[in-house]
Amino acid sequence: MADAELKAADIIGEIKKAGIHFIVALPDRVTSHFLLKTMLRDPDFKVVQVCKEDEGISICSGLFAAGHRSLMMMQYTGLLDSVNSLRGVAVEGENPVCMLVGLLGKEPGVAPTASKKFGVKIIEPILDAMGIEHHWVETSADTPKIIPAIQKAYDTVKPMALLVGREPR
Amino acid sequence: MMKRDEMLKVLARHRKDEIVVAVYMAAQELTHIAPNDLNYTFTGAMGQGSSHALGLALGRPDKRVVVLDGDGSLLMNLGSLVTIANAAPKNYVHCVCENGSYETNGAVPIPRAGKICFADMAKAAGYPKTHEISSLEEWDRQLPAILKEEGPVFVDLKVEPGELYPEDFRRLYSIEYRDKFRSALKNS
Repeated sequence: MADAELKAADIIGEIKKAGIHFIVALPDRVTSHFLLKTMLRDPDFKVVQVCKEDEGISICSGLFAAGHRSLMMMQYTGLLDSVNSLRGVAVEGENPVCMLVGLLGKEPGVAPTASKKFGVKIIEPILDAMGIEHHWVETSADTPKIIPAIQKAYDTVKPMALLVGREPR
Repeated sequence: MMKRDEMLKVLARHRKDEIVVAVYMAAQELTHIAPNDLNYTFTGAMGQGSSHALGLALGRPDKRVVVLDGDGSLLMNLGSLVTIANAAPKNYVHCVCENGSYETNGAVPIPRAGKICFADMAKAAGYPKTHEISSLEEWDRQLPAILKEEGPVFVDLKVEPGELYPEDFRRLYSIEYRDKFRSALKNS
């Protein structure tokens, strides 16, 4: 099914159209090969590689204070590791931190909350508890959600997560 | 060893249009000693000051960014030394106020207090310039040159508590002041 595919080039195109040129990243197996490696070669992007994901939440906030949009790319495990920064920096600090989060191990076509992987299953309830808006990016039909989600995050000055449920090609 | 408030007064005297990112005790004292719309204290979580500052430095390469980090804070975000060295912002001055203590959280000593060489850590991570400063006179003398050095620069400031200033965490993390900062930075 063509609809089930997720195209890396489309995602990158939407990110650029959303006005994002700073990418802050720690490699995630779901998005590394076709998104992050491509972005590292793309002169339109300045990629800041971090050693730990919570740094990225704060770097994105500093960039926002300096008048720039940015995107934090990480695996769901990194999001779990960054909960206190998300709480203090992004939510309470009212910073529009936009995150692209790979759900490593999520079964194709299965909702994250129905995943057999415990870490994947708890991501959406945690984001809900923190009041962080989130969207699935699982098929090419989901790609058009990216620009409005980023725009809303900056308009409302709130963090937002795009949950990538399969490897974009 | 320098009294921290005296160290901040020297910084205030030499400061021109630099952004100053400060955490915990240095942030509390900075808001009293050197109020300035380009003070950034909205770091939100322990250890994160140096990372906020990296975003600011990358976003505004025309402005010098001075970070007043804590030693306990840096230990909590030690990987940021490598991240900052790798990003290599020329406008970044990373000062660590080494008091050997989690002063805000009950003045409990940090692990290996007094036995860690933070400047060596920064050097090993890839900071091209590092300094260790323990006297007010030396700080006063070296600061003008440090503020002009090509970054990222690391400065270990050996400090101890000085005069007491009122604490106000709501002010430190105030969205209103953060928005004032954004506006002041946009216009500067």
